[in-house]
Amino acid sequence: MFTGLFNYWIVVILMMAGLYIVMSSGHLVKKIIGLNIFQTSVFIFFISMGKVSGGTAPILKDGISVFSNPLPHVLILTAIVVGVATTALGLAISVRIYEAYGTVEEDEISEMDKENRQRETSVSTVVLDKQ
Amino acid sequence: MIVATVFIIVKLDRLMTAVMMMGFFSLLSSCIFMILDAVDVAFTEAAVGAGASTIFFLAALAIVGRTSKKRKKEKTLMPLAVVICTGAVLIYATFDMPYFGTADAPIHQHVAPRYLQESGDEVGPPNIVTSVLASYRGYDTFGEAGVVFTAFIGVLLLLGAGTRKSGLERPDPPNAKVESMRQKIVLREVADLLIAPVLIFSLYVQWHGDYGPGGGFQAGVIFASVIFLYALIYGIVPAQQLFPPRKLAYFPALGLLLYAAVGLASMAMGGNFLDYSVLMPDPHDGQHYGILIIELGIGITVAAVMINIFFSLSERSL
Repeated sequence: MFTGLFNYWIVVILMMAGLYIVMSSGHLVKKIIGLNIFQTSVFIFFISMGKVSGGTAPILKDGISVFSNPLPHVLILTAIVVGVATTALGLAISVRIYEAYGTVEEDEISEMDKENRQRETSVSTVVLDKQ
Repeated sequence: MIVATVFIIVKLDRLMTAVMMMGFFSLLSSCIFMILDAVDVAFTEAAVGAGASTIFFLAALAIVGRTSKKRKKEKTLMPLAVVICTGAVLIYATFDMPYFGTADAPIHQHVAPRYLQESGDEVGPPNIVTSVLASYRGYDTFGEAGVVFTAFIGVLLLLGAGTRKSGLERPDPPNAKVESMRQKIVLREVADLLIAPVLIFSLYVQWHGDYGPGGGFQAGVIFASVIFLYALIYGIVPAQQLFPPRKLAYFPALGLLLYAAVGLASMAMGGNFLDYSVLMPDPHDGQHYGILIIELGIGITVAAVMINIFFSLSERSL
């Protein structure tokens, strides 16, 4: 009965797996992998919506009259390339974070930030005391 | 199968393997796109997912280390609950979706019929995806090329390709891995065999995009992945001598400007921005030349951006 919705369910499962990685993993590069999975599930969703039963790829040829919808194909095609460019940007940011902190584990980074902030506040109170 | 792959990725702590599985995941999803008639998309996903993005991940992992730490149990329970709730809501929402493959779904009612029926006469190329991409939605594509360019600027600002000494001035890094790659005869011979045909194939994809699946985006990525292959086998320094990063940094802008120039030329000829019909006396010829030139612009931008990003990521790990 629900076989018509099967594709969408797979999309939901993939999307949630990606979301789970993003939320549960502390490693920044693994988070980016999760985002990529999430993104690919959206691609599959768009392409599934564009499919017409019995249709073929949208390339004009004599004797073929049923095509799948070309519009989602265009949108997703550009989205994939933009996706890899933004992925590279994310990786570049995590590389810089690694160079600054020596780690890309989220917990360790936030702990270091906390320590730094405490040190700064203690320094500033010392300065105030002197004044 | 694709779901199984994803669950393996979720479980893996060794990121090297996770990235490899990611490439496999991309290949599977490109097969799915192929089955769903989206040949252009399958092409792009295969080139980008299995080629470019895997390489980027590997280059980044070489810098930040290969393992991720296990977190405490409590920290994974909360996300799991959130994910299950969201998933349930989304599944509930799918009951309102039109069934897969129905021809009268809302998505097929608005602009798609016009693209399918008129594009042969109005634009010309048999590949409707190309005519929509380059002609009907030329603005969108221009924006996408702009986003790729912006990401490139971001990576350049963060990592700075070519700001370090380029390959010519720098002594050969004592990179044992690269050396061993060069000595593997099978790898080297296969790469030698592959590089030239794949380069020609990328040009074919570039110029044949209006008749078959293909176009600037795919061609750019394929071209770039050949350079990655070359750099992996022969080391980054010879690749940088071939494409000096400093000079290569101008090419993304060049491609984008080529695209914009076509738009301005059509304005100068009395049409709208990116309306190619006025470029030539015969509107069909105008459309054809316009599409070819902007596809070239896209190809140059994408290829140059990918190679630049690869250089800046891998330079850091040396």
